[in-house]
Amino acid sequence: MVNPYIPYPVRIDEIKTETEDKSLKTFKFVFLNPEDEEKFAYRAGQFAELSIPGLGEIPIGIASSPVEKGFVKFTIFKTGKVTSYLHSMKEGDIMGIRGPLGNWYPWDLLEGKNVVIIGGGFAFTTLRSSIIYMLDPENRKKFKDIHVIYGARSPGMLLYKEELEQWAARDDLNMHITVDGTDDPEWKHHTGFVPTITEQEAPAGTEDTYAIVCGPPVMIKFTQPVLDKLGYTDDRIIMSLENRMKCGIGMCGRCNIGKEFVCKDGPVFTLRQLNQTPKEY
Amino acid sequence: MKVIKIDKNEWASGLEKLRSAYELIGPVKEKFYHAFQSLESGQQPDMDYINTRVSPKYVIYPQSELILECSLNENDEDYKIYKEPEKEYTPKAILGIRPCDADSFSLVRRNFDTEEYKDPYWLRAYASTTFVGLACDQPCPTCFCSSAGSGPYSDNNLDILLADNGDHYLARVLTEKGKKLASAAGWSQEAGDEADQQIEQKKQEAESAIQSSVKTDKLASQSLLDLYDATNAIWEKEAFSCINCGTCTFVCPTCWCFDVQDEVAGKKGYRIRNWDSCMYPLFTMHASGHNPRGTKVDRLRQRFMHKLKYYVDKYENGIQCTGCGRCVQLCPVNIDIRRICNMLNSYDPESCTCEVTAS
Ligand SMILES: Cc1cc2nc3c(=O)[nH]c(=O)nc-3n(C[C@H](O)[C@H](O)[C@H](O)COP(=O)(O)OP(=O)(O)OC[C@H]3O[C@@H](n4cnc5c(N)ncnc54)[C@H](O)[C@@H]3O)c2cc1C
Ligand code: SF4
Ligand code: SF4
Ligand code: FES
Repeated sequence: MVNPYIPYPVRIDEIKTETEDKSLKTFKFVFLNPEDEEKFAYRAGQFAELSIPGLGEIPIGIASSPVEKGFVKFTIFKTGKVTSYLHSMKEGDIMGIRGPLGNWYPWDLLEGKNVVIIGGGFAFTTLRSSIIYMLDPENRKKFKDIHVIYGARSPGMLLYKEELEQWAARDDLNMHITVDGTDDPEWKHHTGFVPTITEQEAPAGTEDTYAIVCGPPVMIKFTQPVLDKLGYTDDRIIMSLENRMKCGIGMCGRCNIGKEFVCKDGPVFTLRQLNQTPKEY
Repeated sequence: MKVIKIDKNEWASGLEKLRSAYELIGPVKEKFYHAFQSLESGQQPDMDYINTRVSPKYVIYPQSELILECSLNENDEDYKIYKEPEKEYTPKAILGIRPCDADSFSLVRRNFDTEEYKDPYWLRAYASTTFVGLACDQPCPTCFCSSAGSGPYSDNNLDILLADNGDHYLARVLTEKGKKLASAAGWSQEAGDEADQQIEQKKQEAESAIQSSVKTDKLASQSLLDLYDATNAIWEKEAFSCINCGTCTFVCPTCWCFDVQDEVAGKKGYRIRNWDSCMYPLFTMHASGHNPRGTKVDRLRQRFMHKLKYYVDKYENGIQCTGCGRCVQLCPVNIDIRRICNMLNSYDPESCTCEVTAS
């Protein structure tokens, strides 16, 4: 019997501070046993439980992409017991990863479609995974137009800045970066909240167009009416939830919304599915 | 199905024979209440008990259970690598378990034994346990097992069902596990042709002694969101007096939620799971402080919606309750699942008329 509670041992290979306030760091892990990397085969949108022995376990979205080999990456916001400890860890330290867990963005369904990615704050992690996946030379041809709308409070709070600039320079991706505000005269992207930029830049919601929306509750709340107005039906709006979790495998009972478990039946749901469940997220 | 007769003095001597092969667990009176406990040599289970306060779920699923351990000594090769602790799953026999409590394990199994994931701790403990049930001839006023999918003589999830027949038990041996236990105890006397009929008659008497019931026939066809949204009609009133003490969830044989915590002792790290309760605010509190079930109305609704609607819809196998009556008896403010079940069953959002009787 496979024990679903045992994490794979990993070593921290690299730690990168992402934001000017140092509240977000990206951790790159390598598996101590190479065969575990194969067992950890994942798809963009899934998450894992990061395990610090003697301290605890936390669910974190996978920020690396299935097309990136030899490591896995997670970007972590410092907030409580486990995340603060993680922020104090060093390259070379040993910890554990359990997963991959949950479902993923519906890649089969998205083939042949226009995809609009809308992200805000640090929920951008699994969206990075998705963008890298779609831009892979093998995969890019599977999708029609790709738009990315990504916002943060200020330029210094954007994640993955170098990659953002590389994506902005490409002609097979429409990149719309925005910040709530900035006093940087050199700033060459948008200023304004994500819902506003969505209204200006997102393509109309046709039968062939899907939106993936990930961000803080306020962003989602104000983006939804914009998407409605643009003609996106609720089955073409895809979202990812973050309920408090422990087991990650549908057993400990805490992450449910109605009869669905966010950890196992989600975290990815269409808005249509969410409209049929209690709003406990 | 074979019925055997076990004289009560053979019962006692049979249990002594079982000790070499099984850890025996049975009801024992502790001060004022009965509890399931490991029986020491020579100690007999008290088979005249009515029911225990806490259910025997802990035998398979301990309130606190070590699931992983690791070395925190930097010189060890497996420093900080969590492993399964070595545990022995020696055969156990739960003696005198009530049919409702035995049945609870088949309900809970749907959570721990799924297509995608199996909980190895629960499943191994379950597989090593033999369930020797004791039919219920004196149901309590709070029992409603017969309408909750179980019954005083239900043999769901039992290996042996005992019916008390004065100076002897009539025992239905139901499974291979049951046969093995009966033969290890030396219980083999055939009970004779009339035994089946005797059991049947006792069963009917017991069933007619059950005074309370729930109606569940319409739960599956009710709209989940309508029931969820019955805030004014049901949830606010029911939650008004709830103090979120969690008693109902801890005593319940079919509540399975747990928390996972890490502990350090000396140079070792331990990952432990503990029973948890949906009645507590921390159960769902996000790190940001946001709580999707932030009020007690939300939490009370979660407990009853889970048992009476989400579970019903998810597994299509009835309610997540065996009618043992513990939560009804022990809730300090008399919140009664029978009343809530009947309200949900008859709820009509149009007219908002629902039965409020606990019949
Ligand atoms: C699917 C999913 C994906 C996620 N992806 C990411 C991601 O990519 N990046 C990211 O940064 N975050 C992500 N999160 C959020 C992340 O899981 C939380 O920020 C993290 O669990 C916080 O852990 P912590 O130990 O630091 O906080 P904790 O210290 O556990 O704090 C959590 C809250 O729980 C309470 N609490 C916990 N334990 C106790 C206790 N013993 N006593 C009292 N109160 C207690 C406190 O109220 C506290 O505010 C994701 C979450 C989910 C569900
Ligand atoms: S919900 Fe109440 S009556 Fe039903 S099994 Fe649990 S404790 Fe017993
Ligand atoms: S036992 Fe009663 S008061 Fe306590 S949490 Fe349960 S319903 Fe509320
Ligand atoms: S995290 Fe345990 S059930 Fe979802």
